Amino acid sequence: MVASILAIYWLQPSTPIRHLDFWLPTVCMALTILTWILTRPKDNSDVRSNLTTGLVIATVILLIGLTRYLGPVCCLTPTRPPALYQIALAVVLITLFVILANRIAPGKVGWIYGCTILIVGLFAALKYDPLTILMSMALRALNSQAVELASAFDIRWLGFSYVAFRLIHTLCDRLSGRLPDLTLKDFTIYVIFFPTFSAGPIDRVQRFIQDLHRPFQLSTDTALNGGKRIFLGIFSKYVLADGLALFALNSNNSSQVNSMGWLWVMTYAFALRIFFDFSGYTDIAIGMGHLLGIQLPENFEHPYLKQNLTLFWNSWHMTLAQWFRAYFFNPLTRALRSDSHNIPMPLIIFAGQLSTFILIGLWHGISWNYAIWGAWHGLGLFLHNRWSDLLRSRVPNLESRPRLKQLVGLGGTLLTFHYVTLGWVWFALSTPAQSWNTFLKLFGMA
Amino acid sequence: MTEDKTTNKISMKRVIIKGVLLFLLIDLLFAPLSPLPFLGRISAYNIIYAGRMRLPYGENPDQAYNLSLFNLEAMFASHVLAATKKPLDEYRILIIGDSSVWGYLLKPENTLSGYINSANLNVSDGRSVRAYNLGYPTLSLIKDLLILNYAIRYQPDLIIWMVTLESFPVANQLESPIVQNNPFTVQDLITSYSLNLDLHDPRFVTLNLWDSTLVGKRRALADILRLQLYGVMWSATGIDQYYPESYEPPQENLTLDEYFQGLQPPYLNPADLSLDIISAGINITGNIPILYVNEPIYISHGENSDIRYNFFYPRWAYDQYRQLFAETCSIGRWHCLDEWDLVPPDEFTNSAIHMSPLGTQTLASELEHEILSLTNP
Repeated sequence: MVASILAIYWLQPSTPIRHLDFWLPTVCMALTILTWILTRPKDNSDVRSNLTTGLVIATVILLIGLTRYLGPVCCLTPTRPPALYQIALAVVLITLFVILANRIAPGKVGWIYGCTILIVGLFAALKYDPLTILMSMALRALNSQAVELASAFDIRWLGFSYVAFRLIHTLCDRLSGRLPDLTLKDFTIYVIFFPTFSAGPIDRVQRFIQDLHRPFQLSTDTALNGGKRIFLGIFSKYVLADGLALFALNSNNSSQVNSMGWLWVMTYAFALRIFFDFSGYTDIAIGMGHLLGIQLPENFEHPYLKQNLTLFWNSWHMTLAQWFRAYFFNPLTRALRSDSHNIPMPLIIFAGQLSTFILIGLWHGISWNYAIWGAWHGLGLFLHNRWSDLLRSRVPNLESRPRLKQLVGLGGTLLTFHYVTLGWVWFALSTPAQSWNTFLKLFGMA
Repeated sequence: MTEDKTTNKISMKRVIIKGVLLFLLIDLLFAPLSPLPFLGRISAYNIIYAGRMRLPYGENPDQAYNLSLFNLEAMFASHVLAATKKPLDEYRILIIGDSSVWGYLLKPENTLSGYINSANLNVSDGRSVRAYNLGYPTLSLIKDLLILNYAIRYQPDLIIWMVTLESFPVANQLESPIVQNNPFTVQDLITSYSLNLDLHDPRFVTLNLWDSTLVGKRRALADILRLQLYGVMWSATGIDQYYPESYEPPQENLTLDEYFQGLQPPYLNPADLSLDIISAGINITGNIPILYVNEPIYISHGENSDIRYNFFYPRWAYDQYRQLFAETCSIGRWHCLDEWDLVPPDEFTNSAIHMSPLGTQTLASELEHEILSLTNP
C-alpha cells in the first residue's frame, strides 16, 4: 500500500497550477477513503486495523510533504510539495470529514448515489475542456496565479479515469450486495494498485482480493513470466508504439499528406500504434502484478485478428468493455426489456449498444469525435448482430467446407480490421470536419 | 518440494547471471565493432521512400519530420544523391554551404538546387545538369569540407561552394556540432591538409569506453531509427522542416559596434580566417572544378548602417574580406563569384543570409549562367 501511495505521487505529472501535482493524488486518497466508508458494512469490526491504515496513509502523505525541505525538487513529486502546515491542515480536514462520514454515511444509499455523482461529475469536468478550463481558472484564482492563462492542459490527473471506474464499481456492487467486506487497507490497495493505476486493466475487487490474500512466494516461473511480460510491454510501448507514433495519423499531419497511399499507411500506423501503446502498458502492469502475486486480468487478446466486431470487442480493452457491460449495458437492456412499452428486441440491442459505445467514446474525452467513434462501433456491433442472425438461418454449415470457412474467416478478419482502423480516423483527429476530409482523401474523393 | 525450490532458486540465479553477462558482452562488444557507420548505410530511403532533397537537419522533429544527427553515412544514405549510380547523361553538381544553401524557411523546390534543376540546363556535350543540395545549417568551412570529403564519392562534375565571411573565422570552425561529433574524420582532414586547427581542441567530442558501448550510443542508434521512420512523413508530405507562421525579419537598425567575432578594426588579419580550408577543397576535388561563391547578404539602410552592413558584419571587416576573397581566387586561379549585393533587402527572410524564394531564384539565375559558361567554353 505504501508503495502504491508513493507511486501515485511519483507518477503524477507536473501542472502549471502550483502544488496541484501534490493535491490531485491527495484528493484521490481522500476519495478512496470516502468511498470505502460508504461501501463498508455497518458492523465492520476490524476498527484497529482500519485506524492503523488511516494513520499510515496520513503519515505517508505528511512524509511526502516533508520532501519539500530536502531541496527545490527532491525525489518524489515533480514539483516542490506545499508547505507542511497546509498539508497538515488538509490531513486534519480530511480526517474530520472522514470521521463525520463514518458516523452518518455507512450503508446510506443517498450517500452512495451522491458519491457516484461526485465521481462522475469530476470525471466529466476533467474530460470536457470548457469545464476543465473553468476548474483551472478557479484553482488559479485560489493560488493567486494568472487566471487568463487557464487551459485544459492545466489539470492532468493521472490515473483518475481508472480510479473512477474502480470506485464506481465498488459503489454499484455495494448497492447490489455483491461487494465483499473489505478493510481500508485492502480497499486502498485495490483502488490505487500502482501497476494498474495509470492504464488499467480494471480488475474486479472480488477477484483482486482473492489474489491479495493468497499466500505468495515468488517462483522462478512466475518471475520469468512476469519479467517476460514487462520486457514485452516495454518493447511494445517504447519501441513499437513510440516508433509508429512518428508517422501515425494525427490532427497535424492529416491535412499535410499528398497521397492516398501514404494516408492509408499513416492510418494503419495509428491503428497499430494505439494497440502497441495500450497493450504495452497492460503487459507491463500484468508483468508487475505477476511479480507481486496478483494475476491481473488480460486486456487484449489479438484483437486485430478477430473475424468480426463482436469478437474484436471481446478482445480489445476487455476489462473496460466488461465494466460497461456490467454497469451500463446490462442494466439498461434489462430495464428496457421489462418495460411495459413492449420494445422490439432489435431496438433494445440497438439502443443498448449505441449508448454503451457512445459512453465508452466519451470516456476518452467529451468531444464530438469521440462520440462519433463510439457510435461507429455501436452501429457496427448492431449491424453485425443483425447480420449474424440473418446468416445463421440462411448460410449452409461451413464446417464441412474447411477451405471456404478459412476464406470467410480471412475476409471477416480483414473487414473487421479495416472497420476498426477507419473508426480510428474519428478517434485520432480532433474535429468531425477534419475526419470527414480524411475519409474523402482515403477513398480518393478529395 | 525442497528439491524443487532449490532447483528453482538455482535456475533463477543462473538466468539472471547469464542475462547480465550476455547483456554486458553485447554492450561492450559494441565499442570495438563500432557498427554505427555500417548501420547508417542501411536505409529505406531511395528504396521504400523517396530520398531527401537535402541533408537531414531539424530542430522540431515532430513538425519538421526531420532531425539532426551526426552519422554522415545515415545522412547521405537518406539523400536523393545516393539513389542510383550516376546516370551517364547527368552533369552532376553538388552545392555545399550553410543554411542559405540548405534552404532555411524554403521548400526543397525553392532552394538553389531546386531552381537550377527546374531550369533544365544542358551542358555542351548534351548532358543534363542535375544539382544536389548538400548545404548544412551551420556556419563553418571545416563543416563544408567534411561534407565535401564525403560527397566526393558520388562523382560530381562540379562543386559549388557557397561561402560568407561568418564561415571563415578560425575560432568558429569547430563550433558546429556535426564537426565536434565526427572528430576522427575532421582530425584526419586537419592532418591531411595541414589545416590551421588544433587536433586536440577540447570541443571535439571524445568518447570513453562507456560512451562507445551500446548503452552509450543509444541516442545515436535511436536517431538512425527515427530518421528512417520520419521517411514516411517526408514521402507523404514533402515536408522536411518546420515553417513557422511568422518570423523576425533581419535587424534593420544596428548597434554601434565595429567588432567582428572579437576582431577589431581597422584590419582583417588573413591569419584569422580559414582560407586554408578553402584551398583544401581544391586538393580534395582534384580535377573536379569548384565554383566558389560569396553569397548575398542583407544590406541594411537603417540606423548605423554606415558602420555595419547587417547584424553579422561591420563594413570594414566585410569589405576587407571581399577583397581578400578576390585576391585569393585570383592567386589560386579559382572560379569565383562575388554575389554579395545581388539580392535586394526585401528578399531576405529571417537572417542576413536567408533568402526568400525570389531572392534564391535571382541567385540561381546567376549561377546558371556561370555553370553554362564553365561547361561551354
